[in-house]
Amino acid sequence: MKTLIIFSCLMIQFISNSSTVMAMDSEEDFLEFNGNIETRLGARLKSDPHEDDMSIGEVRLQLESEKDFDDFTINMITDFVADPVLDEYQTKLNTGEGFMDLRQLNVVFSPTDNLDLKIGRQILTWGTGDIIFINDLFAKDWKAFLIGRDEEYLKAPSDAIKASLFLDELNVDIVYLPRFGSDRFIDGQRASYYDRNSASFAGKDSQLQVDKPDEWFEDDELSLRFYQSFGAYEGAGYFYQGFWKSPAGQDINTSKATFPKLNVYGASLRGPMMAGIANIEVGYYKSEKSAKSNPFIRNDEFRLLMGFEKEVANELTLGLQYNLERKLDYQQYKTSLPEAAIKDDENKHLLSIRLTQLLMQQDMRLSLFNFYSPSEKDGYLRMNVSYKLSDTTKIETGANVFYGDKQYSFYNQFQNNSNVFAAMRFEF
Amino acid sequence: MNKLNNIIGLFLLTLATAQYSVQAQTLDISQIVKKANHAVLYQGDDGKAKIDMKIIDGKGRERNRQLTMIRKNLDDVDGAQKYYVYFSKPADIKKMVFMTWKNREREDDRWLYLPALDLVKRIAASDERTSFVGSHFFYEDVSGRDIDEDVHELLEETEKYYVTKSTPKTPNLVEFKYYKTWVDKQKFLPIKAEYFNDKEVIYRTYTVLDTQTIDSYATVTQAQIEDNISGGKTVLNYSSVKYNNDIPEKIFSERYLRRAPKKYLR
Repeated sequence: MKTLIIFSCLMIQFISNSSTVMAMDSEEDFLEFNGNIETRLGARLKSDPHEDDMSIGEVRLQLESEKDFDDFTINMITDFVADPVLDEYQTKLNTGEGFMDLRQLNVVFSPTDNLDLKIGRQILTWGTGDIIFINDLFAKDWKAFLIGRDEEYLKAPSDAIKASLFLDELNVDIVYLPRFGSDRFIDGQRASYYDRNSASFAGKDSQLQVDKPDEWFEDDELSLRFYQSFGAYEGAGYFYQGFWKSPAGQDINTSKATFPKLNVYGASLRGPMMAGIANIEVGYYKSEKSAKSNPFIRNDEFRLLMGFEKEVANELTLGLQYNLERKLDYQQYKTSLPEAAIKDDENKHLLSIRLTQLLMQQDMRLSLFNFYSPSEKDGYLRMNVSYKLSDTTKIETGANVFYGDKQYSFYNQFQNNSNVFAAMRFEF
Repeated sequence: MNKLNNIIGLFLLTLATAQYSVQAQTLDISQIVKKANHAVLYQGDDGKAKIDMKIIDGKGRERNRQLTMIRKNLDDVDGAQKYYVYFSKPADIKKMVFMTWKNREREDDRWLYLPALDLVKRIAASDERTSFVGSHFFYEDVSGRDIDEDVHELLEETEKYYVTKSTPKTPNLVEFKYYKTWVDKQKFLPIKAEYFNDKEVIYRTYTVLDTQTIDSYATVTQAQIEDNISGGKTVLNYSSVKYNNDIPEKIFSERYLRRAPKKYLR
């Protein structure tokens, strides 16, 4: 704790001294830097035998630079982290752990008039959901999300080639990852979860062991999106070929968690409705062939998302979503499971409500986001209040609360990780 | 001969009167409103400007924003337009983009691009009388309020201004009862507007602080909106204003939300 405070002071000192050197306004500088430095502290609402009492405690310096050359642009965003909670400083670029988290390093250029290429580490997003993703199979950082980092950290970087083709009739995005990039999923390291094998909670002392596909050009991923506007409506078709992004299977020999092969076929439509914006998105998740008869591999699924967002009063926005995850081949799933095993429902229904209120010339933002599953009878409440003290300084506090009946249900398994946090960020 | 003189005299007088009445006719209310609307939003084929926004709240706290706005006309009848607004300051909204397609036949389409998440977000057009990035300007002030949404009348004609009154056709969509506008008779720029609430009290005032002639167009270079109740205000300073930049329509698309068209933003 003490080291953290000392470290923050040193960082702020460093920034205030160097900001003049960085000369952000001057266009002649070879490199211009923007960024921010923030301190974020959080604590668990109840003691978790498997984790530290502090849910988050870090100082993070983010540096961002963009350099234009005649025919191409280079983008770089990197974070430097001091984190006494994890106390791990060896940099692991794939998982974002350690002293440095490289979030973007890519080159962008247009070989022809209607083609853009973006090559390198990048943040990728598409689809129509708000935090609920069906056809966006780019890596997410669920740890960062649950422990209360800024929402931008929900998106983990991908090492990819993105080709965007713009034709009169249709636009096409092709994203190729030469090596599988998984989510930064809950594995016990920062947040505990319910381990169905041992029928108990697991945390940092018994982290999830995984067998991740990691052969270059063999364990690769391909994402496609075709999109076009029809008047006020935006339609898109999607295809994905790769792996489940978070563990969705188990190797019975090694008992390690696995990432079975996955194909996804989907579509979405978004446009104005009843003075708001409505969206619908569907996806067919085709798991490995053996999934039907093998209880250790997640089944095929049909997914549906319907959403609606509207400003219901001045500066108050309401967002509603319904999400269905339907297991296909459910009978086979049930019969293939051992007698005593936990059986998930055929349909998992999820409702979400997001309320955002802006106050004081938008300097203050109140946000409440609740996910509730009527079928699982569990939920996840996210609350956040932020206030901008000035153009450069923002303070923030929030909470992540998990609740439910059953220990093993999707959200309630994180019950011991319910937390409150506070942060201060300085932009430069 | 005298007769002839009289006839000529009469003819000239008629001519002068006719000319006068022609001039008077050009000044009917719908034409004043159209000319003013044109002067504010449609001059040239396209236009761009850097805008420095100073937001001062009722307690005197100051916030600053810097943005570049590009606008392109899509027809010759002051109808459809496209707007691209790129934010450069402060750091937390740098590279954020707001885009509007102003349509003639249906509601406008609007998008927001959030660079940290690489997220293209759609925004409903109905929220147009909501604060634009925390300022005292509304989204609607950026791309203009459709002149057909109000009933206009000419209240007064002074030496320098036409004073008009505009009353909304659908009052429940807006927060004002009506607004009065002072339109410059030479340049046709609205120099001042006062918004009245249900109690007939002025709660919002738009004032042009400076104008310049740029590329032969009369242009507002400094303006403010004041919240007469809280005492807060937002001042806009326009610089690097340029008309007719040959801006292609394709930049107003998702492609250029994700990748800013630097060439046209300079």
